[in-house]
This record gives sequence, C-alpha cells and structure tokens, in this order.
Amino acid sequence: MGATGYAKDVIIIGGGPAGYAAAIYAVRAGRSTLLIEGLQPGGQLTTTTDVENYPGFAIPITGPELMTAMRDQAKRVGTEYINDVVESVDLSQRPFKVRVGMGELEARTLIIATGATAKYLGLESEQTFIGRGVSACATCDGFFYRGRRVAVIGGGDTAAEEALYLTNHAKEVLLVHRRGELRASQIMAGRVQKNNKITPKWHRELDEVLGDETGVTGVRLRDPRTNETEVLDLDGVFVAIGHRPNTDFLGGQLALNDAGYLITAPDSTRTSVDGVFAAGDVQDSVFRQAVTAAGTGAMAGIEASRFLEEQP
Amino acid sequence: MSKSIETGTDANFDEMVRDSAVPVLVDFWAPWCGPCRMVGPVLEEVAAEYAGKAKVVKVNVDENTQVAGTLGIRSIPTVALFYKGAVKETLVGARPKQDFTDVLDRALGESLSN
Repeated sequence: MGATGYAKDVIIIGGGPAGYAAAIYAVRAGRSTLLIEGLQPGGQLTTTTDVENYPGFAIPITGPELMTAMRDQAKRVGTEYINDVVESVDLSQRPFKVRVGMGELEARTLIIATGATAKYLGLESEQTFIGRGVSACATCDGFFYRGRRVAVIGGGDTAAEEALYLTNHAKEVLLVHRRGELRASQIMAGRVQKNNKITPKWHRELDEVLGDETGVTGVRLRDPRTNETEVLDLDGVFVAIGHRPNTDFLGGQLALNDAGYLITAPDSTRTSVDGVFAAGDVQDSVFRQAVTAAGTGAMAGIEASRFLEEQP
Repeated sequence: MSKSIETGTDANFDEMVRDSAVPVLVDFWAPWCGPCRMVGPVLEEVAAEYAGKAKVVKVNVDENTQVAGTLGIRSIPTVALFYKGAVKETLVGARPKQDFTDVLDRALGESLSN
C-alpha cells in the first residue's frame, strides 16, 4: 500500500453507528468506499449493555450485538474495511491523503466519524492508577470489583448509568458530584435514588486518588463550598464526567467549536473543507445518541455521493 | 493453523512467564471484553514476528483470577511485559501494534547491551 494514485471515492474514518450508516449509503450510491476502523470497532456502544432506546428493538438488544449487526450490514452491501489507526490527514487538496500505520491512502471525499472518548479529570494521581483502580468504563472493568466499594465521579446520565451498572458487582457505589443534585435525566436520576447500593456524595469533588503498589486504596474528596476534605477507603474510581471528540489527528485542518467538536453547516454534515463531511459524536455535543449518529452518518454518505456528482 | 500464542493459567503462570528466558507479553483478557478482541489479532501478529526472540501469553481473567489479582490488574485489556521474572512495563487499553512491538524492542535492546 502507498500513494498509488488510486483514490477511493469515499474514505470513512471511524467504525461506530455514524461510520457504518455512512458506508451503507455511500456504497449503495455506487461509490467505492473504504472504512477505517480504529482501536474500538463498533465504538462507544461496545461498552454498553442493553440498548433500550434505539428504534426497532422492543426487546432491548445489547450494544455489541447492535454494532455487530450494523457492521455486518455495511460489509454485506460492499464496504471495504481495514483495521488501522489514522495518524494524520492532508486536506490541502483533493484527493485527500490519509496516513495510517500501514501506509498512505487517498480519498476523493472523506467522512469523519471518529466519535468521542471518555474524559478524565486530569489529576496526576488519576493517571498513576489507570488500570489499577481508575477506569472510565464500568461495563469493562466492573467485574474486578465484586463485593467491593467503588466511587463514580460525575452527575449526568453517564455517571448514573455507570453507578447503576456497578451495583451488579460492587457492594457499595459512591456517586460523587460537585453539585447538590444530578443533572441526569429524570428516569436515570429516579433509578439511582431507588437503588440502595448507591450512596450519593453531593457537593464533593475528587481531590486525589490514593493508593500504593497494589493499586487504588481510597480517595480524598473536597467540598468546593468550604474546601474541607475527607478521605474514604475504596478500591475503584470510575470517572464519568463526559466525553471529548476525537479530532487530534486532524491537526487543526477543520474548524472546531469552542468545545472541540467539528463544526458542520446547518442541516448538513459539510465541514469547513469542501469534500470533507462529519457525522456522529465527533460533531454532535447536543444529542450524542446512536440513532442520531446513524442519522448523520446516512446524511454524510448521501452528501459525499452528491458532492462527487458535481466534483468527481 | 499455527498457534503462536500460548495460554497462561493460574497453575502454569510461574513456569510459563516468570521463569521464561525471553521477554513475555502477557495479554490479560476476557471473552466479554470488546477492546480485548481488538488486541487479540494484533498480538497474534506480534507473536509470529518475534517467534524465538519473545513470547506472547494470553490469560483469561474470568477463569484465572489469581494472577491478575496478585498483579493488581483491575482493567482489561492490560498487556504486561515480563522479563527476568518481573513486570517491566504495563499497557492498559487497546493500542496500535507499534506500542507492543516498541515494548518488546526495548526489552530486547536491553538484553543485547548486557
């Protein structure tokens, strides 16, 4: 593989609902389509359990099952896949260049569907203990905390979901939030309140993760109103404070908004560069649902194909 | 199909990993772990490329709770480099192939300079 001068009509970067939906539409519009799956084929949904709100499934389907179904469908209609990590892109002229581990690819249009990654607080003590008691994924790592006490940091739907999931394993879950109430949806907040294993710790921020060579042994929490601190013994800390869109590989070549999300034109997936489109969580900070990602993915596939009609 | 990766268990871990003369990448995984399925094939390639110079061993943490517990591993996938009986480096989460080959190259480079 190398810069052979053989450009694909559409290269899609990202293997989640947005990427797979875009692929289905681009391929069915007759465009040669390559989808680059990164380190987590299927995306964020592969780390959820039951998906109750994706239309079409009265009996909940699991995240991994749903993503396998989408991936298989995109493959069946004729999408070409490669598993590699995009290191950089060159959008200065068409065909665009995409540098991956195994070489360089060329694309007449590009669809960015790289999604978002869970944010960490940025504390040094947090980084020290990643994998040894600090995690951002309850479904991935909850298994290791059977019968133990853990903390979930955050106050939104993600934090509520992580806390509820962890009650399947842990004996106690502390839900640490700097405000006095959750900003999660009503239904999630209600479930949290009813669950006896979840103890809310309102008006608390994570000050430091404490531990030793065996891993995490506790946390120090701080009340932002008074600056008073308390130390609690526990075995795990799950950070659930939100997500960060994956745009670093773009090297600033596309316009981002203040929160780091790709800017797209209204009612469109067009980005600041003609021929480059963006779909899913990488450009959506408002909805961030699988169905809205699939929706914008389909839009991107259609828009890329229409673009090629005008500018082959 | 040749099997480049060996299967480590609580029972054989010391012999297979700690007592190994060559560096060993230990892949802690579980069947229900999505990112682990990504790391698996990557490590198969690494195992084939480094055959004879280094080993790759997979440990299913569902079935073997002792080893992961002793090492304080609470997240998977975790890939730990063992050399001369001890953990030298640890990689948490799915990574591109180069991250794993870099770890092995560092260990092998160190052995050449001794």
